[in-house]
Amino acid sequence: MHCTFCLTSLRPVLNWTSLFAEQKSELLCEECKSKLEFITGSRCSICSRPFSRIDSEYIRGSLCLDCYKWEQDPQWKGVLDGNTSIFVYNDFLKEIIALFKYRGDHKVAGAFAAYFPKKTARGRVVSPIPLSEERLYERGFNQSEAILAYTHLGYKQLLSRVHGDKQSKISRQERLENTAVFSAANIEGCHAQHVLLVDDIYTTGATVRQAAKVLKNAGANTVISFTVAR
Amino acid sequence: MLFSISPQNELIPVLAPRPDLMRITDLPLQTPHPLDTNFCYSKNLQATLEGKKLLFEEISISLEEIQEHYLKGYCAYHPGIRRNSNKLICARCGNKRQELFASYQCARCKRACAYCRNCVIMGRISECSPLISWTGPATVITPCTLEWQGSLSPGQQHASSKIVEAVERNSEILVWAVCGAGKTEVLFKGIEKALSTQKRVCIATPRTDVVLELTPRLQRAFPTINVIPLYGDSGNKLKHSSLFISTTHQLYRFEQAFDLIILDEMDAFPYSADETLQHAINKARKSKSTLVYLTATPNKSWQRKCKHKKIAYVKIPARYHRHPLPVPRFIWCGNWEKLLNQGKLPQRLLVWLKERLSKGKQILLFLPKIAQLEKAKTILGQLDSKVESVFAADPHRIDKVKKMRNKEINLLITTTILERGVTFPNIDVAVLGAENDVFTDSALIQIAGRAGRSSEHPDGDVVFFHHGKTWSMVEAKNQIENSNKEAAQTGMLLLR
Repeated sequence: MHCTFCLTSLRPVLNWTSLFAEQKSELLCEECKSKLEFITGSRCSICSRPFSRIDSEYIRGSLCLDCYKWEQDPQWKGVLDGNTSIFVYNDFLKEIIALFKYRGDHKVAGAFAAYFPKKTARGRVVSPIPLSEERLYERGFNQSEAILAYTHLGYKQLLSRVHGDKQSKISRQERLENTAVFSAANIEGCHAQHVLLVDDIYTTGATVRQAAKVLKNAGANTVISFTVAR
Repeated sequence: MLFSISPQNELIPVLAPRPDLMRITDLPLQTPHPLDTNFCYSKNLQATLEGKKLLFEEISISLEEIQEHYLKGYCAYHPGIRRNSNKLICARCGNKRQELFASYQCARCKRACAYCRNCVIMGRISECSPLISWTGPATVITPCTLEWQGSLSPGQQHASSKIVEAVERNSEILVWAVCGAGKTEVLFKGIEKALSTQKRVCIATPRTDVVLELTPRLQRAFPTINVIPLYGDSGNKLKHSSLFISTTHQLYRFEQAFDLIILDEMDAFPYSADETLQHAINKARKSKSTLVYLTATPNKSWQRKCKHKKIAYVKIPARYHRHPLPVPRFIWCGNWEKLLNQGKLPQRLLVWLKERLSKGKQILLFLPKIAQLEKAKTILGQLDSKVESVFAADPHRIDKVKKMRNKEINLLITTTILERGVTFPNIDVAVLGAENDVFTDSALIQIAGRAGRSSEHPDGDVVFFHHGKTWSMVEAKNQIENSNKEAAQTGMLLLR
């Protein structure tokens, strides 16, 4: 076995437990694991932003300042019902996500999928954030679908995406104004449903909110999201 | 990229997801097109592709232009991933370990597509991604001469002439040069020989730092040509020259490209650990070419090869300043790890450090683990105000090394990352916990080699503080003593 991130070989630990108990096979080496930071402690009740990492001036009650602003805007109020993220988007995770998305190492998704909250998916329609045709061809795969493929959960593509600039290349203001990014691809699939959107990173929250808005307009009851990094 | 085949049996590439088209892997082996000598080919494409095999995504040239050159016999398409009796092989890095391949539902070829994870950092190479090569004429190299005025020590002189010989004969040679022998200067004559006879040269090294350090030195020595550095983010992938300074990883892109490859620090990570890099070297050199291995610390198997004359070798046992290498001393210091956890350091180490700090001598202290650096720093900070620690991923690494050079730091605590390349003129060196596995014999020789580097201060104290002597420590000391003995016998040392 090799570490999914750094490819060093994983030596199985030999002790009494490993001899007699069934071992869960490890996907990551100790070093890579130690560089990942789990989101812990108190956090924003919508987007999961950990409060321990931001100044108190960016906290408004149970919300972070960003979500507070979203909720103040009548156009966006209540569009996103919640978000779960696993890791802090630190330098190490940035590197790993670059390896995954831009270098195209699909198998990295296998390690992320191990942290997917399957309980949250129960009773919900799971849907990956789509890529435009052009971007999909360029990358060879959709990173959100790659994660879902490794979870072995059923999922439905409820949305389609219009080609535009990469989210990572445009400013927050531009992202917010960029409204016509998604359209509903499967209207019956949304109606009166609880939806779980899946993406790799939550940065400004614009992507998932735009997707959620389209879903709600198509009749979805609630929309929450899961991202690997926050 | 997918392909259809024309009635004339020519490949027609298409950049669209079409499940009805074929992948390069699934096509029968292609015979090259006959060269149309009347065709006016693109110099730009030639410079981009010559001696290399690249992915379409790496080349900023349109597919139409590439296809035109293919039809005239100037370019060829090759599978990136091959199958040999159901085993996958990566055509770029030579990876054959099946566990380092993965497969995914590909949005381009619309089927399960295998790719190589070993070299994915250079851009994914999968069953539907062809490699593109140049099959047209080679660029003409303008000969150039060496403009370097320095002089060589007797040891350097001897090795230099051996390298020139190897270049003339297209043979392999191992250059075993002790730390501080001045190995870069030793290469100049051999490189000049190659360049003056229109040969292509590459110096490959495992570390980017070395690429950056060597490039300006070689550019100064050979001012009439363009010396091109190649490393992860260098952005020079598409340039062509007759002299490259490259990280070993970047060699993966080359094929049949070089007449002379100089492999620096062949013993260092990751080369010796990674057999695919051996493949890269063999792929990048021409079938008739020279290979120069450069090392200060050949491992046992290389030493045996030298002894049994399996490979030609030349040793430079003395430093360029012709003073002997500092020989390490061993000092037992008990269970230092336990002490460190209690916030203390061994008395014998403290005495040694205090003595030197009071004389104003700079010190490099090596520890086995990054986690121990901070602890040691807090304790030693009470001894002296100018104490710093540095480790591989330290964002201020370059800055701290510079401060040490400017004598703004008296004591620098570090892990094995500073064992190679970094030189300070007048320092003493200590290792705490020399018995740890990370301190291999070659690491210890390199560490000892940090002391006494300049001709003004050719001496330096090297002490291994340990909790139990290891084979590696003894071997390191023996090798250093042997080099000194050999240097004395061959008259390479100054008489004192």
